[in-house]
Amino acid sequence: MNNVQNKKRANKSLPFFFKDEFKVSFIIIFISTILLITTFTFDIVPPILNRGIQPATFPKGLLILIIGLTLIIYYLSIKKPWKVEKKLPKTFFLTLLSFLIFVIVSKTLDFFLAISLLSIFVSYYWGERRILYLILVSVIFPIIVFIFFETILGLRFPPGIITNIYYQV
Amino acid sequence: MENLLLMMAPLFSSKLLLVLFFGTLFGLILGVLPGLGPTTGGALILPFTMTLDPLSAIVLLTSIYCAGTYGGAITAILINTPGTPAAAATCLDGYPLAQKGEAGRALGMATVSSTVGGIFSVIILVFFAPLLAKLAYEFGQPEYFALAIFGLTMLASIGDGSPIKNLIAGAFGILISTIGKDFMTSIDRFTYGINELSEGIGFIPVVVGLFAISEMLTQSTLLNQVFKRVALKAVKLPSLNDYKLTWKTILRSSGIGSFIGVLPAEGGTVASLIGYSEAKRFSKKPEDFGKGSIEGIAGAEAANNAATGGAMVPTLALGIPGSATTAVILTGLIIHGVRPGPDLFREQPEFLYGIFGAMLIANVLFFIFGFFGAKIFARITLVPNKILWPMIFAVSVCGTYSLSQSIIDVWIMLLFGVIGFFMRRYGFSVVPVIIGLILGELVEGTLRQSLVIFDGNWLMFLTRPIALTFFILSLIALAFPLLRSKKRKKIL
Repeated sequence: MNNVQNKKRANKSLPFFFKDEFKVSFIIIFISTILLITTFTFDIVPPILNRGIQPATFPKGLLILIIGLTLIIYYLSIKKPWKVEKKLPKTFFLTLLSFLIFVIVSKTLDFFLAISLLSIFVSYYWGERRILYLILVSVIFPIIVFIFFETILGLRFPPGIITNIYYQV
Repeated sequence: MENLLLMMAPLFSSKLLLVLFFGTLFGLILGVLPGLGPTTGGALILPFTMTLDPLSAIVLLTSIYCAGTYGGAITAILINTPGTPAAAATCLDGYPLAQKGEAGRALGMATVSSTVGGIFSVIILVFFAPLLAKLAYEFGQPEYFALAIFGLTMLASIGDGSPIKNLIAGAFGILISTIGKDFMTSIDRFTYGINELSEGIGFIPVVVGLFAISEMLTQSTLLNQVFKRVALKAVKLPSLNDYKLTWKTILRSSGIGSFIGVLPAEGGTVASLIGYSEAKRFSKKPEDFGKGSIEGIAGAEAANNAATGGAMVPTLALGIPGSATTAVILTGLIIHGVRPGPDLFREQPEFLYGIFGAMLIANVLFFIFGFFGAKIFARITLVPNKILWPMIFAVSVCGTYSLSQSIIDVWIMLLFGVIGFFMRRYGFSVVPVIIGLILGELVEGTLRQSLVIFDGNWLMFLTRPIALTFFILSLIALAFPLLRSKKRKKIL
């Protein structure tokens, strides 16, 4: 609660472009504008084939609606600032980093190795230090999941250094 | 009579009974765990349903829905944290009553009122869904468009968030549905030359990302949070005095919950808040609310479970989801080749009444599990997040990958996890994104077909009485959050 109040107090003293309300509204409008510009590159179909409206018209309308509504929420936030919770802790950024590592490892090395690495990384940084539990989440559980999906659902996982050994490629 | 027999079919099938047993058990576990719930659980289990026949698959999903909605009450009462958003109102009186040493009584009332609410709503479903389906025969493309718009405007009033933010989230969901080849002209939209995007963005990666992965990120910010769990000896059935005090509240909330559930896009969360506030308004002791009132628990719990049957009405009769979880069930139906709508009632009554019967049995099953096993289920909350969430991640990743066997889907899931986290942080609900995504194709498709019928004249929509009624209802839906916030300030 105190954190929220402190943040709100801190927010009041900041220039408008540093405030969360402005940053969020700006990001939404910026991305929406880029997407809106993209819609002008969509192919145009002849009137006989366009089924009521051109393929670009509907997304255009949606994006204009999003931009309009975002301007309204920004205007309203000037009168009533948003309640934003405390600063994000280090563990959040580490979890986010683990997602990035997951993407890189799953793309370059192995899908299951990526799951194991993420599991051990997250579990460790979230405070787990017991070796047995770390092995449980990073090795035993992913193996159970792999076998379950492989045998029951008949799924073939993407090739990689570990899955290739299993599939004997 | 024939329909009643069809409803009883799950009782005579050992396979369906087994599916119901595991679905209810799994739903309860999901409901008990804060951050998870029937929506995430349904999305995670969807790939596994591919090994089942359509009826078993939908029975599994609906039993998870019913039991998961009730399961949230256990954590709400014992640790003051709603296991599901629909149980938020249960915390208000459940936890104070548990602190007074009456956790068993609070859970007993939650179990009984949830069961009554759930069964009441299934009866509504059995009678109301076929009627709505018959009415839907009158619907053409313009009426479906107006109905979908009504469903989307109802998003304004879901949850506690800002109505405008909910509408932005809903529009974002529809926008996601436009990614890929335009289904009418095959023109690429927002694909940026990426082949995998031509087929569009799947529902499951978005749901799992927005619910499970964003929750994992949220949990990473709450590692120092300590739950104080109230001791529970055993669940007690409500006393005769408790029944005398609450039977009117349970019936009223069951009615409110079923009605709110029927409204497109609304769900248990809104139902429980309204059920709770109405219980307070009609109570002889409104001053006890918030301090451990047994009527408060009954009002909230009967309403949120009654919303489950109600939400299935538009889902099955019209193909418009009544809540986020029914959006997952709707996806399950589509994946299994079942097209919800009026034709389903005419062509596959055994399938529909099988679902109705299964929901009825699921309500009885979670009563038994809840009554005898709440103490054990409450212990599930003791599983540390540092163990639980990496495991959920592994299942989420494999589950998402399994549907299309596409690694891109996994990355999309992670992306939506991050988007969902920031949306929630800045007060945007993620539920409208799901509803928008599932309604997107219907909105655009019916709009374009209507314009073909009307020769491009938009004003022709106003000449169709049913469509006009839905547009008027949409305007009321947009005004509803304003009226509700004024009323809530007065009551709570």
